[in-house]
Amino acid sequence: MANARAIVITGNGTNCEMEAAHACRLGGFDETVIAHISDLLTGEIRLDDFHFLNLTGGFLDGDDLGSAKAQANRLRYAKVDDLAEHLIDQLTRFIDDGKLILGVCNGFQLMVKMGLLPAFDGQYLQQNATLTFNDCGRFQDRWVYLKVDQASPSVYTKGVEKGLYLPIRHGEGKFVADSAATIDRIEAQHLGVFRYSDAAYGAPTMEFPLNPNGSTNAIAALCNETGRLMGMMPHPEAFVHRTHHPRWTREELSEEGDGLVLFKNAADFVRENLL
Amino acid sequence: MARRIEIALKEGGRDARGERVRREIEHFLHVPATQVRTIDVYTVDAGLAEDELVKAASEPLSDPVIQTWSIDQPLAKGFDFLVEVGLRPGVTDNVGRTAREAIEYITGRPFAVGEGVYTSVQYLLSGTMAKSDVERIARDLLCNTLIQRFVILDAVEFAAQNGVPVSVPKVTGETRAQVREIDLDVADEELLRISKEGVLALTLDEMKVIQAHYRDPAVLAERKKVGLTGLPTDAELEAIAQTWSEHCKHKIFSGNIEYIDENGNREEIKSLFKSFIQQTTKDVREALGERDFCLSVFKDNAGVIKFNDDLSLVFKVETHNSPTALDPYGGALTGIVGVNRDPFGTGKGARLAFNTDVFCFASPFYEKPLPSRLLHPRRIYEGVVEGVEHGGNKSGIPTVNGSLVFDDRFAGKPLVFCGTAGIMPAEIGGEPSHVKHINPGDLIVMTGGRIGKDGIHGATFSSEELNENSPVTAVQIGDPITQKRMTDFLIRARDKGLYNFITDNGAGGLSSSVGEMATECGGCRMDLSKAPLKYPGLDPWEILISEAQERMSLAVPPEKLDEFLAMAKRFGVEASVLGEFTDSGIFHIMYGGRTVAYLPISFLHGGLPPMEMRGVWEVKRHEEPAFAVKGDYTADLKELLGSLNICSKESVVRRYDHEVQGGSVVKPFTGVANDGPSDAAVIRPVLDSFEGVVVAHGICPRYSDIDTYHMTANAIDEGLRNYVAVGGSLDLVAGLDNFCWCDPVKSEKTPDGEYKMAQLVRSNKALYDYCVAYGIPLISGKDSMKNDFYDGAVKISIPPTLLFSVIGKIEDARKAVTMDVKRPGDIVYLLGKTGNELGGSEYFALRGFIGNSVPKVNVAKAFPRYRALHRAITDGLVASCHDLSDGGLAVALAEKAFAGGYGIDVDLGRVLWMGEKAEKSDAALLFSESASRHLVTVRPDKRDAFESVMSGNCFSSIGVVTAEGTVSVTGLAGTTVVREAINELKEAWQSPLREL
Repeated sequence: MANARAIVITGNGTNCEMEAAHACRLGGFDETVIAHISDLLTGEIRLDDFHFLNLTGGFLDGDDLGSAKAQANRLRYAKVDDLAEHLIDQLTRFIDDGKLILGVCNGFQLMVKMGLLPAFDGQYLQQNATLTFNDCGRFQDRWVYLKVDQASPSVYTKGVEKGLYLPIRHGEGKFVADSAATIDRIEAQHLGVFRYSDAAYGAPTMEFPLNPNGSTNAIAALCNETGRLMGMMPHPEAFVHRTHHPRWTREELSEEGDGLVLFKNAADFVRENLL
Repeated sequence: MARRIEIALKEGGRDARGERVRREIEHFLHVPATQVRTIDVYTVDAGLAEDELVKAASEPLSDPVIQTWSIDQPLAKGFDFLVEVGLRPGVTDNVGRTAREAIEYITGRPFAVGEGVYTSVQYLLSGTMAKSDVERIARDLLCNTLIQRFVILDAVEFAAQNGVPVSVPKVTGETRAQVREIDLDVADEELLRISKEGVLALTLDEMKVIQAHYRDPAVLAERKKVGLTGLPTDAELEAIAQTWSEHCKHKIFSGNIEYIDENGNREEIKSLFKSFIQQTTKDVREALGERDFCLSVFKDNAGVIKFNDDLSLVFKVETHNSPTALDPYGGALTGIVGVNRDPFGTGKGARLAFNTDVFCFASPFYEKPLPSRLLHPRRIYEGVVEGVEHGGNKSGIPTVNGSLVFDDRFAGKPLVFCGTAGIMPAEIGGEPSHVKHINPGDLIVMTGGRIGKDGIHGATFSSEELNENSPVTAVQIGDPITQKRMTDFLIRARDKGLYNFITDNGAGGLSSSVGEMATECGGCRMDLSKAPLKYPGLDPWEILISEAQERMSLAVPPEKLDEFLAMAKRFGVEASVLGEFTDSGIFHIMYGGRTVAYLPISFLHGGLPPMEMRGVWEVKRHEEPAFAVKGDYTADLKELLGSLNICSKESVVRRYDHEVQGGSVVKPFTGVANDGPSDAAVIRPVLDSFEGVVVAHGICPRYSDIDTYHMTANAIDEGLRNYVAVGGSLDLVAGLDNFCWCDPVKSEKTPDGEYKMAQLVRSNKALYDYCVAYGIPLISGKDSMKNDFYDGAVKISIPPTLLFSVIGKIEDARKAVTMDVKRPGDIVYLLGKTGNELGGSEYFALRGFIGNSVPKVNVAKAFPRYRALHRAITDGLVASCHDLSDGGLAVALAEKAFAGGYGIDVDLGRVLWMGEKAEKSDAALLFSESASRHLVTVRPDKRDAFESVMSGNCFSSIGVVTAEGTVSVTGLAGTTVVREAINELKEAWQSPLREL
């Protein structure tokens, strides 16, 4: 039987590769590889051999030109040694093959700035939105309630009833679109998968610190129309066991953390559709 | 011709950076700025075609959704004044480096030598202000003129010259590779002048030892063979000065001290380090016997202990005080990325698992006049917090534990303690990972950043007090991404066995790193002309001692070299072969074909005679306050909760990523609203295991005003009791000592040096006494001995400060306990006795007193109690546990209650008392800081089991957790002496630093 294979790209300032890979394994992937970007650029590792691509958290190139900007540029222009293609060609093929990409935090910033999200009508590589400095002007590490949009096409959120409780850890997480039309379309198509909300997952909120960055319409996560590409500012890989929860010593919690469901759904999707 | 690319926010876009600057202008400088907007400027000094420039501006350098760009067209408009701030030539420009790489990806060709991208930021100020106000804004807020420069234009000037003129902050100069010789055959005053003017920080005695070396005919003959005269070269003198600096050699800790106690008893101490610190570890290890878990102590960049059979734990804490005083952001950033390299350069190299930070500042609200050259404490606070934030967050290392300590004497020198722990496999390639060796013939390889003039004389400069002429080049700016790339690469190279030895390039640069490595095999030959430079114009001595950041030095066996270099290239890491290790006995440095330094290793590392010092102790009596007895202490408690040393530091802590790497178990904040202060951190370094690392610390400089012996005892006890509070095991726990002292050597500048030295001796004695008693081996540490400011008129000395860091293990992290009360009805126990020990307390400090009755640690009582508490925690009998420290019982009660969201009722009559009955009072029971106490809550159904585990120890049940959200304390007379709602107490605790 074929294996469900996940890849986590690291290098140049990616920081969450260990826990992202751990979450993939717990989620049910048979194989998970942490690949340094140089492994991809030398052609030693190819995206084609995987089903689930994790673009995870960190500070790519120090976020020096704005979060993830330099990596977006690198992925666009860098050639793969020994192969007659750019890395972006592999990435486009990966998407066309119906495979999954999850961008978390810096990975979400990267996806949005490369144009992988929202990518209306499959127009990948055209940027319509961005993630910019938090309204509070500071990096924040705090936990947030994320109300799920049940009607979203995301393949990752099956079984999420009300929402998830996860940490955010970013300075540039404020979601902004290029136009009202873009926002309207995101709303109409239910692409805003998670929104910052009150503790009961009742209503989206613009209030700090529940909404830690001032995102438009409290959007914390975004998927494309196929639901296979998703990006989110909160860190699902940071809550896969109850001891990750900030109040685990005082609340009755299940053994598994809220974030794990996203990885389980990804593995299930791969098994059902890609193997 | 250089081109200016400007990036501005689109109309109506929110400018968070500008808003912050506007608030700061108003808050600090009281200038009414109505608006501040910002523009990013990239000055591109490279041969680019027009379409390449457009691509650069429109793609990587700007965000089309929120920004606009222009080339050679100023975007600024609608302002009263414009300030553009850029870096001075040669200062590390991280953003410029990233921009350059981005452009190289676009063009597909590397920049030519001398080409570069330089960044600056424009601040567009609106409001009623004079040019002199803007000067002040630029100088005191926007720009640190040590490393940055600025241009101010008003709207008229701006229009007249069509924007800000292009300027390229490129280092110009040519490499002449000059080597000077210095004549040491001179009079003593001349020797001293050479040392002083060269920032060598060598004493007359040391200069004379060097003079004698060069007079030795045998030395002369040897030197002749390699073409050198009998005069030392600048490179040699600099290398000796670095190696012998207080910073590198710890002369005070290794010198001879005559100590005289308060009764006139004399004692000869040969090396504080050997007599107390090393001896502690030796004695503890002997006592541990089979259970000894120390693997590598005091000999490497960090200490190594066993975590389990498969993994070793590495830990180091450093300080970076002097550079931080000059440039808080760069100094602190370099502090954190610098200490990262210590565990990384320990043994064969450790993966970095977490950081700890402790800062000591003067009040950010300080309002008294400061001597020139000293930055305002608020600026230091802001800069340090941001520097460590960038250093830690960008490196992907969680900051899990720390403190902010305030005392106005830290205006003279802020203290920035940065710690980093790492994890490494116990064995790599079949050999213990904490052991490394060098074979003659191994190649000297340097990886990472390039060498510039940054950080020249850092080691010697920090070995002197801060003064008006402290060198600018002593400041460096760290680059976490260059370092992260290097560590990503080196960890892989380690696992492939591509090198034999690794160490950090820190203080003293190559002269120290390669110099120390050369002692491993008995010599080296290194060619400085092979070292990659940031820009031309460095003389060999500068290359040798530059402290430019992000560099590791390695010994690579010749047969592995090709693979090592090829892998470095793939990872985008620069690696250069600088020479080879030998067994010649000589530290032999070349520049091209010419020898520039030829120093016998025996002389370089063994030639320094021990310093002779004297310490005389006297007991100082402080005024003992006599406060009237009060009927109600609620206001006192709230005032204490709002004092800087006790209040919440959440606004700072939330800026640090404490969860990256996915192993967070006990976070800095806990409780029902995630805002109660944890005692210690627990993390799981291996994600599929529940074995945890526990880290905590103790620091209490206020007690030094009474007696550094007890200051030290309390710091050790505080570190350990924090550690025990969350569930740390007493079978695997180690300590690290960081001494930050004011100059303790008597001299003209330090007439009270003998007292300060006695303080140091007493601190060391306590370190030995209490660590041995608690069975805590010291595994590493550091001292920083010149934390004074002196400008000829004003002298500010910091209070002697010991940071005691504690690291150890919790076998099952799922057993960890947090400090917040869990449910109404739980019984509140106070473990340990309380005495009239208000000397040096926060309570006295609030009223401007020091007092005399400093808390004393009783290990014989505390240690068995800690063991029993650990047993109770492991057995699951403890619902919550909080240590008592600053502010005593009252503060601990309040914190526990509001963190848990429930009230507490306690009766002071049930608190166990030690000492004279007559001294027992509500105030002492509430606010005394007696050591070794914990406040614990236990479910009623666990009461018997808990009491049975604790039996034989001093503890008493003093009250109960209540559903009503009020802290209520009954005094000795039976009346209520404290009563307040928990949300009021929390507000008092949270408000002081909330907005910083």
